[in-house]
Amino acid sequence: MISKNAKLIQRACIYVLLILGALVFVAPFAWMVSTSLKPLNETMSLPPRWLPTEIQWDNYPQAVDEMKLFWRYTANTLYLCVMTVVGSVVSSSLAAYGFSRIQWPGRDKVFVLVLATMMIPFPVIMVPLYTLFREIGWIGSYKPLWVPSFFAGAFNVFLLRQFFLTLPKDLEEAARIDGASELQIFWRVILPLAKPALIVVALFQFMATWNDFLGPLIYLTDQSDFTLALGLQAYQSKGGGTDWHYLMAASTLVVLPVVVLFFFTQRYFVEGIATTGGKG
Amino acid sequence: MGPGVSRSEKRKIIAGLLFISPWVAGFIFLTLYPLVSSAYLSLTDYSVLADPVFIGLDNYKHLATDQLFWQSLWNTFYFAVLSIPINLITAIFLAVLLNFDLTGKKIFRTIYFLPSLVPMVCMGVLWQWMLNGQVGLINQVLWPICDALNWMTGTNLAPPNWLANPAYAKAGLVLASMWGVGNAVVIFLAGLQDVPRTLYEAAGLDGCSFWQKTVHVTLPVISPVIYFNGIMSLIGSFQVFAVPYVMTNGGEGPGRSLLFSATYIFNKGFESWSMGYACAVALILFVIVLGLTLLATYLSERHVYYAAK
Repeated sequence: MISKNAKLIQRACIYVLLILGALVFVAPFAWMVSTSLKPLNETMSLPPRWLPTEIQWDNYPQAVDEMKLFWRYTANTLYLCVMTVVGSVVSSSLAAYGFSRIQWPGRDKVFVLVLATMMIPFPVIMVPLYTLFREIGWIGSYKPLWVPSFFAGAFNVFLLRQFFLTLPKDLEEAARIDGASELQIFWRVILPLAKPALIVVALFQFMATWNDFLGPLIYLTDQSDFTLALGLQAYQSKGGGTDWHYLMAASTLVVLPVVVLFFFTQRYFVEGIATTGGKG
Repeated sequence: MGPGVSRSEKRKIIAGLLFISPWVAGFIFLTLYPLVSSAYLSLTDYSVLADPVFIGLDNYKHLATDQLFWQSLWNTFYFAVLSIPINLITAIFLAVLLNFDLTGKKIFRTIYFLPSLVPMVCMGVLWQWMLNGQVGLINQVLWPICDALNWMTGTNLAPPNWLANPAYAKAGLVLASMWGVGNAVVIFLAGLQDVPRTLYEAAGLDGCSFWQKTVHVTLPVISPVIYFNGIMSLIGSFQVFAVPYVMTNGGEGPGRSLLFSATYIFNKGFESWSMGYACAVALILFVIVLGLTLLATYLSERHVYYAAK
């Protein structure tokens, strides 16, 4: 048996480790925000200071100005987020229903194929995808970035299927006896119950679209069509990394919506991620 | 469908296929077709502007002696071998700490998780700044440590200029990737919470220390989760692109030390428009990822413990 004292020491050690770790994880954020509020000369000062002598809130509007089309980029990104969220929620819930609530021969074998497609890295297929979209004249438009989301991505199907499988079978039996079609059962019985899982898929998709860089990089040609991620990179590489106060302010602005969204939806996030690891 | 299939059975098959049809269409047009087409294009000379010209195995012959290709492959393996174990161990360690019954646990979990939400481009911009040789935060921490060591042992240590030094650029990238380990932490934490308490109690009665419990109870029970996270980081590290691309202002790093397979595919396909060649590189990357995934699965079947579900 462990004595009470030893237990206390153990707890103290764990706290110390957790706090040290937390400091390490918070530091880059703090450094980013701190830099974003400094005058340029202080970003390079040695030894560095955590607090600027005078807080330069003005860096933020300046950074927005420097990026030129910041608000345009934001609108473009939001447009893509809305389209892909709608696309992935609609298509992957349909597919997940077919993979969980209807018993058809060979279903689970096909589902293994769904999982297998998750193992294909995007860079492996991006060249032929580009040529495919080029054939149909979509390069330079948003279509290559949102249309695919209407074709049930494997990850989302997997998440929703896991959830649908946990719903009791007799739910739809009653509706089926009443002569309801599969589509009616899907729409009236299953979807209302699956709201938390649908929110998880919507959130993950929103984040993925907000973050996506390689897709916009290869498909978008006109700077006024850029997303925030691509616009930020364009701004950064143009200046070659010199205006660190503006760069950090711009980065903070791109990170902030994601962080805010997370704080409002934390519960869904944590459950959703736990599900991806095989729980559920 | 033979005559043995009943009507209701038939209806189920049709309904099932209709529901999964968005996925089927996506699989055919957005996965299968690109894969097959990639295999074909890899045998051609193709620059987008003109039709592909069949050249047999020329691209692959060229690859065999293409130094940049080998370097990108080496860099990719190097990064994977370095980052996967480090990130897995860090994630398990943090998850084990978070699994203790502590007040404020949720706050810590949030803090560890948040960086994994940071968009790749911001990650690249931020870590370019963090790793800055003169005023970067990492070196600000390392300077006093180096000074102390120098004072004690008379050595002449100095922190590296990470992103300007081929020997340190990848280590810098690993540091950045470690910051984003929170996603794996949350998955491990969920796995840890599934470990039956009775197992710990039994181990406790047998006089096992915390360390022994971790090695003999926790790790075996969460081994499926380790496998899952391992595969995910394997696939992730073999497609690393955005962070090094942004960190180097769209370049390849000092001495091409941050030229990865995905970077090379991008450069060949979309910078020099040698799309046939890019497809050959892509196909080799695909075979490698597939092979490693199968190998990991094969190994896991012998070592992973699955509880009877």
